[in-house]
Amino acid sequence: MKMSKIMPRRMAIGALAAIAALASAGAAFADEITGAGATFPQPVYTRWAEQYAGQGGDTLNYQGIGSGAGVTQIINRTVDFGASDAPVAPERLASQNLVQFPAVIGAVVVAVNIPGVDGNALKLTGPLVGDMYLGRLRMWNDARIRALNPGVNLPAVAIAPVYRADSSGTTNIFTTYLSAVNLPFNTTIGAGSSVSFRAGIGAPGNAGVAGAVRNTRGGIGYVEYAYATENNMQTPMLQNRSGQFVRPSVQAFAASAAQAPWATAPNMAASMINTAGAANWPIVSATYILLPKNPADAERSRKVMQFFDWAFRSGQGAVDALHYIPLPAAVQNQARQRWCQVRSGNAPVWNGCH
Amino acid sequence: MTAVPFENSRKLHLGESLFKILLYVAACVVLVTLAAILIILFVSGKDAFARFGIVGFLTTDQWDPVRDLYGAAAPIVGTLASAAIALAIAWPLGFGIAYFLTEICPRRLRAPLGIAIELLAAIPSIVYGMWGFFILAPFMSTSIEPWLTENFSWLPVLPNDMNPLWFWFQGAPVGVGLLTAGVVLAIMILPFIAATSRDVLLTTPQLLKDGGYAMGATRWEVLTGVVIPAVRGSLFGAVFLGLGRALGETMAVTFVIGNANRLPDGFFAPTASIASIVANTFPEADAGSMKLAALFALGFILFVVSFFVLALARLLLRQGRMA
Amino acid sequence: MSIAAINPANYARRRIFSAFMDMLCVLAAMVGLVLLALILLTLVQKGLEGMGLNVFTHAMRNTPGQGGGLANAIVGSLIQTGIGALIGAPLGIAVGVYLAEVGRTGRFASVVRFVNDILLSAPSILIGLFVYEILVVPHAPFLHGGFSGMAGAVALALLAMPVVARTTEDIIKLVPDAFREGSVALGARESVTIIRVVIPAAFGGILTGILLAVARISGETAPLIFTSFGSYGWSSDLWHPMASLPIAIYRYAAGVYDEHHRLAWAGALIITVAVLMLNIVSRVSHYLISKR
Repeated sequence: MKMSKIMPRRMAIGALAAIAALASAGAAFADEITGAGATFPQPVYTRWAEQYAGQGGDTLNYQGIGSGAGVTQIINRTVDFGASDAPVAPERLASQNLVQFPAVIGAVVVAVNIPGVDGNALKLTGPLVGDMYLGRLRMWNDARIRALNPGVNLPAVAIAPVYRADSSGTTNIFTTYLSAVNLPFNTTIGAGSSVSFRAGIGAPGNAGVAGAVRNTRGGIGYVEYAYATENNMQTPMLQNRSGQFVRPSVQAFAASAAQAPWATAPNMAASMINTAGAANWPIVSATYILLPKNPADAERSRKVMQFFDWAFRSGQGAVDALHYIPLPAAVQNQARQRWCQVRSGNAPVWNGCH
Repeated sequence: MTAVPFENSRKLHLGESLFKILLYVAACVVLVTLAAILIILFVSGKDAFARFGIVGFLTTDQWDPVRDLYGAAAPIVGTLASAAIALAIAWPLGFGIAYFLTEICPRRLRAPLGIAIELLAAIPSIVYGMWGFFILAPFMSTSIEPWLTENFSWLPVLPNDMNPLWFWFQGAPVGVGLLTAGVVLAIMILPFIAATSRDVLLTTPQLLKDGGYAMGATRWEVLTGVVIPAVRGSLFGAVFLGLGRALGETMAVTFVIGNANRLPDGFFAPTASIASIVANTFPEADAGSMKLAALFALGFILFVVSFFVLALARLLLRQGRMA
Repeated sequence: MSIAAINPANYARRRIFSAFMDMLCVLAAMVGLVLLALILLTLVQKGLEGMGLNVFTHAMRNTPGQGGGLANAIVGSLIQTGIGALIGAPLGIAVGVYLAEVGRTGRFASVVRFVNDILLSAPSILIGLFVYEILVVPHAPFLHGGFSGMAGAVALALLAMPVVARTTEDIIKLVPDAFREGSVALGARESVTIIRVVIPAAFGGILTGILLAVARISGETAPLIFTSFGSYGWSSDLWHPMASLPIAIYRYAAGVYDEHHRLAWAGALIITVAVLMLNIVSRVSHYLISKR
C-alpha cells in the first residue's frame, strides 16, 4: 500500500518537471516570424522560408489558412503579416492601417479528374466552366463539351465541381474571371473571395481543392499552377479572350503578366485577368502581402521586410522551379518604397528609406 | 495512516474556511465557464439575430458572403440530418452489440470485447474523418452510391414533381456529402452507444430476468418484456448522449460532408454542419462583420441544441440510476 | 409486449423468433465490430507505411521531398496537453472534491454536477471559439492576444476539467466513510480529513481520471484551430502559435501531397496508440487499485 501510494506521486512530480523543462526550452530557439493567409503562393513562400533559414535568416512560420483569414488575422494583429491573392480595397487598407505590396505572380488553372480521359488534351471555355459551378452543366458527356472535343471519349460521369470552403483569393481571381466571361455566373454568383456556388463540394485551401479533385471521380477544381504540376494533375486548355485555346505554361502566364498596369494601379492592385493576346493564359494574378503601418513589434515587422527583400533578390530560383512569375525589378522597387510607410514612432522601420 | 495533528483543530478555522472557499470557487468555475460560453456566443452573435430576425435567421437557407446575407437553415439541417442518419445506423448496431455482449456472447469473451469497444470509443475523431475521406468516400462514390441510385430510383421526389426538394438517392455520386457524413458519424458514435447501452443493460437485476425466464419467456421476450421496460429511460439517455456527440462533432464531419453551404436535396448532396462551417470560415470572418456575428449565432444555436440534448440524456440516465 | 401475454401454446414458434432476433443482434454486433476493426487495420497499415525515424526526429516541412517529420507537432502536443492537464486537473479535482465531500446532495452541488456533465460532452469547437474570444482576439481580456500555445492549452484545460471532476467525484464517493469517521474521531477538521485521508485514499483513482482526461484532450483538434493555430517550426514558445499533432494531421490530410498524406496517417497512428495506451494504463491501474 505504501509503495503504490508514493509511486504515482513521484510519477506526477516527474511529469510536471518534464513539462516545465519543455516549456522553458522555448526561449532557446531563434526568433520566428509568423505569417498567414493565401495558399496560392504557399509553395513558393515555404520554399523561400526554407532557403532563407538555411542561410541563417529568421524562421518563418507561414500558415496557409486562406486569403480571407490572412486579411482578418492581420487586421486582428494576431500575426506579423497577412497574405492575400485578392488585393484589399483601398478604404479598408486605410481604415485598418495596412500597407499592401505584391510578392509574386502566379496563375490559376483548372484541374480535372475524368476517368479514361486525358485531361491535359481537353478543351474548355470560361462559360462552360462557369456553368458547371452554376449547376447547369452536370455530365462530362454533355453535348456542349463534346462539341469542343471531337474524338475524345467523354464518359457519362457526373461533373463534381470542387471549390474553396474558406474565403480565398484564388476563388476571388477565379470568380472574377468567370464573371467576366459568363454573364449568368456574374448575376447569380458574382466575384468574391467567398461566394455561394450553386453546385459542388468545398475543400480547405488550394491543396484541399487539389486533394478533393484527385479523390473524386469526375472532379474539377481551380488551383494555383504549382499545386497541379507538383501533383501531376491534369489541366485542360482554356479559351482566352482572343479565342485561342492555350495550355497552362509559364510562357502563357508571363504573356499575361507583362500586361499588368503597375504604374497606374492604386495600392499596386494591378489586374491581369482575361487579358487580350493570342498566347495569354486568362487567369493570372499577383499575390499580396499586408503589413501593419503601426506594428506593435517593429523589430518583427522589419524582419518580415528583410525576408521579402531577400526573396526579391535571391528567390528567383524557387519562383522558376515552382512555375511562378517573378515581379519585374521596377515593381520590386515600387514595393520597397511602400515599406517606408511602416513606421515606429516617426521613423520608418525599413532601413532602406533614406 | 498518517497521524492527524490534533492540536491544530482547536485554532481559528481560517485554513478550514479558506479550503472550503477554494473548493467552492472551483465549483463556481464550472458554472461560470458554461455561463461565459453562452453569453459570449450570444453577445457576439446577436447582431445576426437582430439583422435577420431570430426566425428569419433560423429559416433562411442562403449563405452569401458576397451580398453579406446569412441564414442558418442549411447548416442546421445539415447538422440535424447527418446526426439523424448516424443515429439510424448506430442505434440498432450499438444496441445489437450491447445485447450481444450482455446476453449472447460467451462469458469468457464478454470482458475483452467490452473493453475493446470502450477503447474504440476513445479514438480521436480526426482518425474517423481521415478514414472517411480517404477510404470510405471513394468507395461510396464508386460502389454504394451508384447501387443506391439504381435500386431506389422508384422513390418519388418529395414533396411533389412541381416543387422538388428531396431527391432521395439521385444526384452526383461524388462520395462526400450528407450520407457519407452520417455514416462516418455513425461509426464514430457506435462504440460509444454500444458501451453506454451495455452499461445500462447490465444494471437490470438478474433476479428480474430470472423471474421472466421462470415464467417460460424466451430470451428475446425477457429483453423486450423485462429488461427494456426496466431501463427504457437510461437506454434513451445513452442514445441521446451519442446524439449530443454527433451534433457537435467537427473533424469527422468536416472531411466528408462536402462543405457546401446549401440545403441538401438528397442523401448524396454535399452540405454543411454548424461545426464544419465554423471550422472552415471562422478564421476569415472580420471583427465586427456580419459574417462573424452569423458564425457566433450558429455556435450559439449549436450550444443550445446540444445543451438540451445532453440535459435530456443526463436526466434520463439519472432516472435510470435511481430506479 | 408484456410477460403476461406469454402463451405457452406456441412455445416453439416463440423460441424460433427469439433465436432469430438473437441472430439479428449477433449480425449487428458483427457488422459493427468488423467495421471498427477495418478502420483500425487501415490505420495501422497506412500508419506504418508513413512511419519512419524522421517522423520523430524532424520538424514538419511544408513542401514534400525534404524529409519532414512530425517531431515539432509531437512536442507541441506534449506541451499543450501537459499544461492543459496542469491547469485542468487541479481545478477538476477541486470540483470533484467539492461535489463529493462538501456540496454532496445540496441544490448548488446538483446544479454544478449537472453543468459539469453538460461541459463533459459540449461541442469542443465551441470551447475553441470561446477561448478565441477571451484570449486570442486583439485587446483580449487575458494574455496579450494573438494565437498562442497557451491559448490552446487553456482550451484543452477547459475540456480536461469536467472529465477529472467527474471521475474524482465518483472515486471519492467510493472511499469508505469509516476513513472519514476515524479521522474526525481523532479530532481532525474536515479540510485535514479530506487532504490527508480522503484524497490519499482515492489518489490512484484520481490519477486514473487525469490519465483519461489527458487521453481525451490529446486527440482534440477542433479547439486548437482557433487557439494555438499550428506551426511548421519548432515553436515551443508558449506565447506564439504552436504546432500540435491533431492540427498537423488536419493540415496534412486536407492537403494534396502523398508524402503529407503518409505523414498524416503516421500521425494518426501515433495519436491513436498514445490515446489507447493512456486508456489501458488508466484501466490497469484502476484494476490494480480496486483489487488492493
